[in-house]
Amino acid sequence: MARPPDPDAFPGLPGTVCVTGIAGNLGKQLARLLHGETRLVGIDRRPFHEAPRDLEHHTLDVRKNKVEEVFRRARPEALIHLGIMHDPRMPRSEAHSFNVVGTHKILDICARHGVRKVVVLSSANVYGPHPDNSNFLPEEAPLMAAARQPDVADLVELDIYAQSFVWRHPEIETVILRPVHIVGPTVRNAPSNYLRLLRPLTVMGFDPMVQLIHVDDVCRALALALRPGPRGVYNVVGPGEVPLSAVLRELGRRPVPVPAFLLRRLLRQAFESRLTGFPPGELDHIQYLCAVDGSRAIRDLGWAPRHTLRQTIRSVLAPA
Amino acid sequence: MSGSASPLLERMREWSFALAGRDARARLERLRTPANEYGVDPYGFDLDYAVGALAPFLWLYRKYFRVQVHGIGSVPTQGRMLLVANHSGQLPLDAAMLGVALLVELDPPRAARALVEKWVPTLPFVSAFYARLGQVVGTPENCRRLLQAGEALMVFPEGVRGLNKPWSERYRLREFGHGFLRLALECDAPVIPVGVVGAEEQAPRLLNLAPLAKLLSMPAFPITPTILPFPLPTRYHLWFGEPMRFTGAPDDEDPVLEEKAASVRAAVQALVDRGLRERPGVFR
Repeated sequence: MARPPDPDAFPGLPGTVCVTGIAGNLGKQLARLLHGETRLVGIDRRPFHEAPRDLEHHTLDVRKNKVEEVFRRARPEALIHLGIMHDPRMPRSEAHSFNVVGTHKILDICARHGVRKVVVLSSANVYGPHPDNSNFLPEEAPLMAAARQPDVADLVELDIYAQSFVWRHPEIETVILRPVHIVGPTVRNAPSNYLRLLRPLTVMGFDPMVQLIHVDDVCRALALALRPGPRGVYNVVGPGEVPLSAVLRELGRRPVPVPAFLLRRLLRQAFESRLTGFPPGELDHIQYLCAVDGSRAIRDLGWAPRHTLRQTIRSVLAPA
Repeated sequence: MSGSASPLLERMREWSFALAGRDARARLERLRTPANEYGVDPYGFDLDYAVGALAPFLWLYRKYFRVQVHGIGSVPTQGRMLLVANHSGQLPLDAAMLGVALLVELDPPRAARALVEKWVPTLPFVSAFYARLGQVVGTPENCRRLLQAGEALMVFPEGVRGLNKPWSERYRLREFGHGFLRLALECDAPVIPVGVVGAEEQAPRLLNLAPLAKLLSMPAFPITPTILPFPLPTRYHLWFGEPMRFTGAPDDEDPVLEEKAASVRAAVQALVDRGLRERPGVFR
């Protein structure tokens, strides 16, 4: 699979691509990247304001039967499934239904309507931070996140379901991308929000290596995964790994170290009384290692980060 | 990171250079790895930090334990290798002294990585300290990756059973695990046996408070003549043996590997015995 690394355009893209979750921050970025190159069909229960004019958007829940009608009419050749909700405040049953049932439904529709390519966005979070993790987890490493972080159980289940889809449907090229912590000017996930704190709490005496990836680089990985050839699971690592303390120093933050046991208790209390949006499970990410090996994506997808480590870190400062 | 180095770290580094001897600055500079713009390698090794942190260990090496090395010429100066040594002394200072020896006695110097126990990353401060020194958790995955990149690993196959052994068992090597041999076979890496003499007497374990150790989830809680395992100024001797090469399938059955591991253990024991015979005294 010799490809020129890091292309500017994406030749060989499928003619019509359906994107779920297109009205989210990542989806909008992806739409901006792809809309001139291929015909895009968006599905999201949120409306997509200021969508590119050549984009056909359906304000629709992925669990609805109408989704199949969209597929019958638009005949997409590929699906990018970003429609994964990670809102720790959402009732567990609703999140589970949306994420897991939604994924089952949309993948089944793909199998029935001759879709050739499915790209599912998972996350390197599925491995979970753990004190005895290897420094660079390969794609084969067990998905341990749910053991300590119940709120990512959906994501793990979805990832595993997508893996089973790879072998149940050999006629479809299914790609599962597991990018590391996504950051960017418009990104509002826990890692980006954490890095925007002026005086972030840190776990006293711990300084794990962290991996961050710029949202644009994730979009380019999604686009490259659409091209014919790649299938299977790919970790997507950004420009490298760096100690958390160096990230905070780069951003000019003044961290407040708190002993682990105290911080854990504090965060749980604060989360339960709605004083913070950080789920307590996220604490492991600033205490233990959860770094992955991204060499397979570099080799097979021809992907390379466009943003340097410094640019990636500083992207959280840029105005949205 | 050189721009933001703290004055304390800068002074520690000066101290290191003074203790390390002639050309130390230029010699240690040769260890600079392909670091990123924040001065760390992908494992978190930070040379500037490490040279600063080296100072107290160099002081122990030069002034306190007055380490003598024997046969260091047999250590390859490049390429993958496994240094396999006996482990003793309640605190893993033998590993530190072995690491320092490779930095200051070998030309060009080598930064060997020790493989730490899985509970180390759960310890505040210690975990971050070890990581900046380039130490990694000893998972097979990590070891393979490092060896394939041509790095040197320090292995103590006795593990904590060796480190915390009682005084009455001194210099009697515990059984070797054979994980390191599978690794050597898989990565085709030479094994360099190392006998450490002197560490055993630095902190004789008189008794072990097992319940307290369990409470603190430590492998052992040794009580020594100084109560806590504060090391006595014994003289260290590091004996390096000839590289051993092994052939065979890495997934051979345990007895086959045990036999090979036993030959490494015998080589280490022979080096230890020779060191004991030839040293003039525990403190001299």
